Amino acid sequence: MPTDEILSVSHVSKSFDKLDVLKDMSLSVSSGEVVSVIGPSGSGKSTLLRVVNQLERAESGDIRVCGQVLCHNDDKGRAVYSDKDALKAIRLSIGLVFQSFHLFPHYSILKNITEAPVQVLKTSREEAENTARELLKKLGLSDKESAFPYQLSGGQQQRVAIARALAMNPQMIFFDEPTSALDPELTGEVLKVIRSLAADHMTMVIVTHEMAFAAELSDRIIFMDQGVIIEEGTPQAVFSSDHERTRQFLQNYSK
Amino acid sequence: MLSAINYSSMISFLLDGTVKAVELFFLTIVLSLPLGLLVARLRMIKFKAVQLPVKFYLLIMRGTPLILQLMFFMYFPPLVLGFGVDRFMVAVFSFTINYAAYFAEIFRGGIESIPVGQQEAAYVLGLSQFQTFIRITVPQVVKRIIPTVAGESMTLVKDTALASIIGVTELFRNAGSLKATYSSVIPFAVAGLFYLIMNSVVAAFYSRVEKKLNYYKG
Repeated sequence: MPTDEILSVSHVSKSFDKLDVLKDMSLSVSSGEVVSVIGPSGSGKSTLLRVVNQLERAESGDIRVCGQVLCHNDDKGRAVYSDKDALKAIRLSIGLVFQSFHLFPHYSILKNITEAPVQVLKTSREEAENTARELLKKLGLSDKESAFPYQLSGGQQQRVAIARALAMNPQMIFFDEPTSALDPELTGEVLKVIRSLAADHMTMVIVTHEMAFAAELSDRIIFMDQGVIIEEGTPQAVFSSDHERTRQFLQNYSK
Repeated sequence: MLSAINYSSMISFLLDGTVKAVELFFLTIVLSLPLGLLVARLRMIKFKAVQLPVKFYLLIMRGTPLILQLMFFMYFPPLVLGFGVDRFMVAVFSFTINYAAYFAEIFRGGIESIPVGQQEAAYVLGLSQFQTFIRITVPQVVKRIIPTVAGESMTLVKDTALASIIGVTELFRNAGSLKATYSSVIPFAVAGLFYLIMNSVVAAFYSRVEKKLNYYKG
């Protein structure tokens, strides 16, 4: 298994008003790994993803993404962030897929996928469209390229959202509960796409409630509760854990 | 002294007034919409030093009668600053800053109704704040506010009559002159018809824009 570290989260804390959402959290992800993050609501799983993707600012901690420093602690233990250009470079090296897809409703499916490469990477429209069409083909959505998001089902929209993230050629992709907003029948098609990304050795961190999927696909499972990591290990280890809190949580998902 | 109504010269005089009204309408719309968008953007900046003057401006513009604002800008400069001002320019200025205030709040409401998730998606994709605002947010805002802007435009057509208070020779004032000449209210009836025609054109225009923007939902 590849050992180069692609994400390093070290002693990160984040609170909203007086509520501690992340408490001295540490996590490391290696290139090519698939890591699933599970845990009850409010455990800080989404906040962790949002902090790494710069949608929230950590109060303290060291975060390194793809070898670049996102933030580091000053001598008072407060997180100091890198400059704008460095932050932007990091944003371009990782992707995030949201629970509610957040496609751009006024753009066709094709334009949703080509917009960022054209506007940010300055790719030519032609090249961006070719890449987009290839991605749509892989996802089985070629016939939808001229459609608009409102015409697609939730599962289709989420797959387009994944294509949109992939079009930027990220080194790793984060998924924030990618199937939680979908009807059960539609989760399968999205999980299939994520499975194929894993087969292509894409480094991924997936926050999910789909336990069977997490168990099947992940190299590592992280169980979080109230801002800290309770347990971390292979799917086998975590799902047969003796740890009280872990067993309690997993009981709700046993079938 | 009564004179028989010379309809052709009445219509021609009323049309002159209509042209003035239409000029005032177009200049106001073209200037106040971008100004309104700018003010909306300023209103959303999180510094008190910016927010307080903007809120004050919005309060004054929307809280006092436009007709008084017109009079203020007509009579204030000569009294205090010592120079006279062209009536029509005063009217354009006063209408513009008044309507910009209304459009600013309409824009702000529209901007705030766009789900923040889209801005977050644009951000993680690497789009700049400016690119996100212009390419993602504004196009959707425009579609959402069309019905309200149409309503404001139709109000503006009617509000051009207020410019008569500072002597602009628009439709309402000209109708009034004709009433005095002929001692008849027929000129006002015809003027009313002209306002109706102008507003029908405005309504039809916005309806067409709305249809064109309906290529997507949401």
